[in-house]
Amino acid sequence: MDGPFLIALGLIASGDPALTDIIALSLKVTLTAVSIGCLIGLPLGAGLALAQFPCRGAIVVAFNALMGLPPVVAGLLVYLMLSRSGPLGDLALLFTPTAMVIAQAILILPIVISLTRSVVEDLWAEYREQLRSLGAGRLRAVPTLLWDGRVSLVTGILAGFGRASAEVGAVLIVGGNIAGHTRTMTTAITLETSRGSLGLAVALGIILLLITLSLNAAAWGLAQSARGRLG
Amino acid sequence: MFSNTRAILLCAVSSLGSIVAVPAFAQDFITVASTTSTENSGLFGHILPLFSEETGIEVRVVAQGTGQALETGRRGDVDVVFVHARSAEEQFVAEGYGVARFDVMYNDFVIVGPDSDPADTRAAQNAMEAMTAIAQAGAAFASRGDDSGTHKAEQALWSAAGIVPEGAWYLETGSGMGATLNTAVQVPAYALTDRGTWLSFANRGDLTITYEGDPVLFNPYGVILVNPERHAHVKAQEGQAFIDWLVSDAGQQAIAAYQVGGNQLFFPNAQ
Repeated sequence: MDGPFLIALGLIASGDPALTDIIALSLKVTLTAVSIGCLIGLPLGAGLALAQFPCRGAIVVAFNALMGLPPVVAGLLVYLMLSRSGPLGDLALLFTPTAMVIAQAILILPIVISLTRSVVEDLWAEYREQLRSLGAGRLRAVPTLLWDGRVSLVTGILAGFGRASAEVGAVLIVGGNIAGHTRTMTTAITLETSRGSLGLAVALGIILLLITLSLNAAAWGLAQSARGRLG
Repeated sequence: MFSNTRAILLCAVSSLGSIVAVPAFAQDFITVASTTSTENSGLFGHILPLFSEETGIEVRVVAQGTGQALETGRRGDVDVVFVHARSAEEQFVAEGYGVARFDVMYNDFVIVGPDSDPADTRAAQNAMEAMTAIAQAGAAFASRGDDSGTHKAEQALWSAAGIVPEGAWYLETGSGMGATLNTAVQVPAYALTDRGTWLSFANRGDLTITYEGDPVLFNPYGVILVNPERHAHVKAQEGQAFIDWLVSDAGQQAIAAYQVGGNQLFFPNAQ
């Protein structure tokens, strides 16, 4: 058996359309889920940091705890919602990429919310007086604080991306690992492992790691140059 | 109140659906729940393109254990189930979840184990004796433990031999065939597997077939259309077209022609 690294290199060099489809679908699903997670999570997290209401502490703790929600449980919940026998069955979304986006967005949301809350809370404590003297209320301070905390927020968003792109339990249940339709990097790795093609499975894992590495490098580079401009 | 919430949810989710691009060309497709052993054997990769070319219907296969595949059918989440556990399939039809069961093909189960064969299963006269020998020797045995067709076949063999498998030697992996074989290779342990998965399994290590050939190890596959009377959205026409093709000469020949390493994996037996 060839080493996994050789297989990985061979796969990349071959430009196998099945593989590029799988990579493209993985990225499309996870990036869509991350976008949705940010659209909802950034304002919600900032709101949670600045708002004062009863049970706020309980909600903060709940979102912190949900960061550890097992993906397979998230998948099962989405499955039961989207199943034909479930409340949203009429949408016919089970075993589609959309179902996988929903499951991943649920996994990403608590991370984005909790991290945003923590970052914005710290910034608010630091700049509170300054912002108040400029006449900015809590609500109007949100965009400023989010922009100020963007470098830290990117780390949180990347953590969300990592969690979503690395998980297999949820997408396997709601996507069904259908060849050419809902097969992602992680479900393909699971399939190849179960076929005993361990070399190919590791090779796919290496490719997934390379993709995650390049995204993180790009984000880090952006953050560095942002810091440079600020400094 | 609930219906309002539900409407909002529906709206939110369907607008989300339009974000994730739907393929530009609308194509007929059906979804089939089948078993990990069929998927792992590579059979679908061989026969489905032939069917799609002939009919223009795309077949999307979700590979699960037989128990889970039938449950997916019960919930109406697929159009067709294609599995191997005859009594469970007949029950599925009797309960009204399926229209009718058709024989498609069979393969057989084999007992694989360490080449040294510590329980001496090679000397067994039949499958029951082989299983008894493993239990009496206390030799490690890796069981699927997942209510799959293979797991049900294994349980039937234990109960025929009058053995309740338990103890340190009996390992329930609770996973698919491939994952169970990966475990059996590492222990090393005996395992019951369908021949198709075994022949196309790449990570065999020291494991080899130690017992085969008893007619009770016969492993028939059936195909069932999910009942459109229970689930109105079932694509009955396209699903039935797939079933008709599987049992037709063209489908049966395609199944017979599938080989791995020069071995035929499945034997067509449509009536």
